[in-house]
Order: sequence, then C-alpha cells, then structure tokens
Amino acid sequence: MLYKIIREHDMTKKQADQNVQSKERRDFLQLVTTAVGGVGAACALWPLIDSMNPAADTLAESTVDVDLRGIEPGQGKTVLWQGSPVFIRRRTPDEITYAQNMPMDTLLDPERDEARVKKPEWLVVVGVCTHLGCVPTGQKPTEPKGEYKGWLCPCHGSQFDISGRVCRGPAPTNLQVPPYVFLDDHTLKIGTNEA
Amino acid sequence: MNNNKVVQWIDTRLPIFTFMRHALKEYPTPKNLNFLWNTGSLAGITLLIMIITGITLAMHYCPDPEDAFQSVERIMRDVNYGWLIRYIHMNGASFFFVLVYIHIFRGMYYGSYKSPRELLWILGVVIFLMMMATAFMGYVLPWGQMSFWGAKVITNLFSAIPIVGDTIVHWLLGGPTVGAPTLNRFFALHYLLPFGIVAIVCLHMVALHQFGSNNPSGVDPKHPSEQIPFHPYYTVKDLLGLSIYLFVFAFVVFFAPNFFGEPENYNPANSMVTPVHIVPEWYFLPFYAILRSIPSKLGGVMGMFGAVFVLFLLPWLDRSRVRSATFRPLYRPLFWVFVLNSIVLGWIGSQPPEGIYLIIGRGATAYYFFHFFVLLPLLSVIEKPLPVPDSITLYLDQKKRAV
Repeated sequence: MLYKIIREHDMTKKQADQNVQSKERRDFLQLVTTAVGGVGAACALWPLIDSMNPAADTLAESTVDVDLRGIEPGQGKTVLWQGSPVFIRRRTPDEITYAQNMPMDTLLDPERDEARVKKPEWLVVVGVCTHLGCVPTGQKPTEPKGEYKGWLCPCHGSQFDISGRVCRGPAPTNLQVPPYVFLDDHTLKIGTNEA
Repeated sequence: MNNNKVVQWIDTRLPIFTFMRHALKEYPTPKNLNFLWNTGSLAGITLLIMIITGITLAMHYCPDPEDAFQSVERIMRDVNYGWLIRYIHMNGASFFFVLVYIHIFRGMYYGSYKSPRELLWILGVVIFLMMMATAFMGYVLPWGQMSFWGAKVITNLFSAIPIVGDTIVHWLLGGPTVGAPTLNRFFALHYLLPFGIVAIVCLHMVALHQFGSNNPSGVDPKHPSEQIPFHPYYTVKDLLGLSIYLFVFAFVVFFAPNFFGEPENYNPANSMVTPVHIVPEWYFLPFYAILRSIPSKLGGVMGMFGAVFVLFLLPWLDRSRVRSATFRPLYRPLFWVFVLNSIVLGWIGSQPPEGIYLIIGRGATAYYFFHFFVLLPLLSVIEKPLPVPDSITLYLDQKKRAV
C-alpha cells in the first residue's frame, strides 16, 4: 500500500517534470524558428536594398577627361563629373597672388591656397555650394562673382574666393576639390589621383 | 490579452491587435485540413514577393519602346542583384499561377464554392481575372518579340466585337497599333492592378472568415473539439509548406531561371517581323487553345472569355447538396477527367493549330463546356451520393476504419 502511494507520487512528479521540460522545449523551438526566419528574411532583403545602390554602369562613369586647350588665363570651363558641375579656372598671376595672400581670418574654413591646387595656374573645384547644393555663379564673365573674385551662390548668398574658399556664409566649408590628375600639359582627368 | 502597456493603449483606440489575434491566432479552423489548404497562404506570400520585387524593378525600368529592352538588360547586367530580382519576379508569376490553379482545383474537388461560400468563390475568380490581366501586361514590359506580338494578338481580340471593336482596340492601344502609348499605359496598369488584387484578397479573407474554411469532408464543424486555433497549428503547417515551396522556387530561380520563358523574347521587339511560332505564357495556354479551336473570330473570343466567366456560374451549375467529391461517386472521376482535359487543352495551346491538334483541341474545348453546362447540372439530378457523415469526427473515424 505504502509502496503504491510512493510510486504514484513519483509518477506525478515525473509527469510534472516532463511538462516543464516540454514547455521549455517548445519555447526553445519557437525562439529558434523565429531567429532562423528573421535572419533568412533579413538576408533575402539585402539584394533588394543593394539594388538601390549605384549600378555598375553608373559607377563606370566615375572619371572624365578634359581638354584644356583654348582656355586663356582668366577664363574657365565647366564640365559634368558624376552628375555635378566641376569648375576649372585658369587663373591670372594677379588672381594667384590674391588667393595666396588672402588673410586667413577672412576665411570661414581656413585653408592655404597651395593645398588646394596641383598647379597654381589651374583651379579645379566641384561647383556645388556646400550649404545646400546650388551651383554658384561666376564661371561666365557676365555672372556676378561676389566680393572675393570667385563665386556667389544665388540661393543663400554664400561667397567664395578665387581659390573656392568660403568667405561669407551660410556655406560651412570650402568648395570641394575633386581628385584629379594632369595626364599631359593640356589634358586633365577628373575622378582619380592616378594617371 | 497582451500585457504590454503600449499595445493596450493602442488596442483600446485602434483594435488592430485584437483583430490580428482573432484572424491569425484564434481563428477556429477544422482540424482535418490537408496540405492543399496551404495554397491560399502560399499564394498570398507570392503576391507579396511579386509586389516587393516589382517595386524594386520599377525603380530601374523605362516604359519607353526606345529604352525598355535595354533597361531590362541593364537590370540583368549592371544593377546590383538585378538578375536575382528579375528572375524572382519572372518565375514568381509562373509559381503564382501554379498555386492558384491548384487552389481552384481544390475548391472544385471539395465543393468549396457551394453555399454559403459562393461570394468567397466569386471573389476568387475576380482575383484570378485580375491576375491574368496583370501577368499579360507584365509580359509586355520587357519589349521583346513575344512581348510585342503577344500584346498585338491579345489586344486584337477585342476587334472581334461587332461594330465598335476597332474603336475599342484603338482606345486600348492609344494609337493605330501597339506602340509607345501602349507600353506606357501597360506599365502604369501593371503597377496598379496588384494593389487592387491585395484589396480583393482582403475581401476574400473577410468572406472566408465569415463561415471558416471548408475541409476535406465538406461537412461543417459541429463541435468546438473539431476545430483548432489557427496558431500554432496551421501557422506551423503553412511554414512547413512554405519551406518546401521556397526550396523549389529557389531551385528554379537559381538553376533554371528561363525554364518557363521563351528564348524568342530575348530578341528586341520588331514591328516588321512576327516570330514563326508565337505562343503565350504557359498559364494562358488552355484558354489560347479554346480561342484557336473555334473557327470564327467572334466565337473564339467569346469561347476564351467564356471559359473563365463560366467559373462565376459554378455555384449555380452544380446543384448537388454534397460538397466533397469524396462522397460523390460520379463527380469524383469526372473531376479528374476535367483536370486531364484542361491539361490537354494546355498542351494543344502550345502546338501549331493544324491537323490532329486542331481536332483534339476542338474535342477538348467542347468537353470543357460540356462539363460545366451539361455534366454538372445533370449530376445534381442523377447522382446518388454516398452517405455523408454527420460530423468531421465521424468522417475521420470512417476513414480510420477504412484503413
């Protein structure tokens, strides 16, 4: 009799243990299923997200060659590079001297002119205002250049000197210098620093 | 009820969590559904895959005759993973139709269209029609030879309509023939229609949940013990089905991506040269066979559209009170004859319309309509159904004893 009671007690204890075990097992399986499904869905999502990145043919248009013949001192040329205008300017000796002697306290983003050119005669900057992306005027002789002989942004009035450095806001930084290289005396390659 | 305070706050004001719990978790489902009941959720997931990949493709595609073909090739070669996304979209259409055809045949076998599920069935046929229109217009977009001539042949079907036919075709095409305006509007509609399908699918679900799913016995659940909650029982079953389905899908996408396609469509559209052997995509072949079998322009077109529209009438053509073919000794073999006949029609649609193919095609076309308009009404009268069990439980007992 006593033996039977003990045995029954053991049985229920065993069953209870099994119930706990099977609940833990189910929780574990649910967790694993969710995790595997989640990781799988995330992996499947990646190609869709990546397809919105620039395509191979878009990236292939990353450099542009410019023929510099016919640009006289004081003149400029604007070319399209990766969808943005690039200002090329053949500077006069006066303009070079002016840029090199610009007092640093006039500049909002101080930088030496020598650090922004490879040949002092040629200035190459991306013609996109660093404020909100408008194209500053000043490339054509008829356009307003602002007070610093460079460029004036028509959108919010930022002014740049003949080195492309910002002298009056709201633009926070100087016009960007793209990577470029002189292939020979009259050919410029924009988009890379190596010939 | 969820213990999360934020969930409770939202649910009190906008009971979406309660709705989801009712629809996806507690939804009482017959306990004896077989794997054919996976096709509904799988088709829903495929619709989602098609919409997601389609939106991504639309970001790169140009709906202009000058650029369309090139833009698709650009997707294949230059866009990151473009080849994968396009192959998923392309084959997804075929897989979608495979699922939907199985789904429709399942409904026919188990009598799921019968009272009180007639509107559920009709909404399903509406989805099927919208799918066909979407698939057709999608096939035109790559602007290959098959795209162009498919568009030309299908839109010309409408010229069979007496008197106003030509005017309607000009209106559909936006010009005297298939051209830039046609491609542009097909793209717009191909993008729009799937969202319409989503809306009808929602109505399909509302109608489904009104009386619950049918089941292999065709007998309504009589007792709560004959029903189980949708989650976890059928979410798990659907997940298993989904795993197998995605395995097959991925196999085709990665190892046989052009299995369902026509090589001819990798030639750019040329309005001066019709391909020698012009066929629609496989899922249209049975209807295409019916079109060509009837030796009259108007008759062929009416036959083709009639073959789809007759499905709307099915709940009233089949008057038998017994739902499941399991208990219908005459309907069951005839159902399989109908399936076979549909496959024969599909095969005929892929063959040239001459000689023996024409004769077989005519026989199969006649039988298709004979099944709906003669056999089904007749069976409702002459067939003696087997005794139908009173409940799902008794049905399952019966089945067990038979084994």
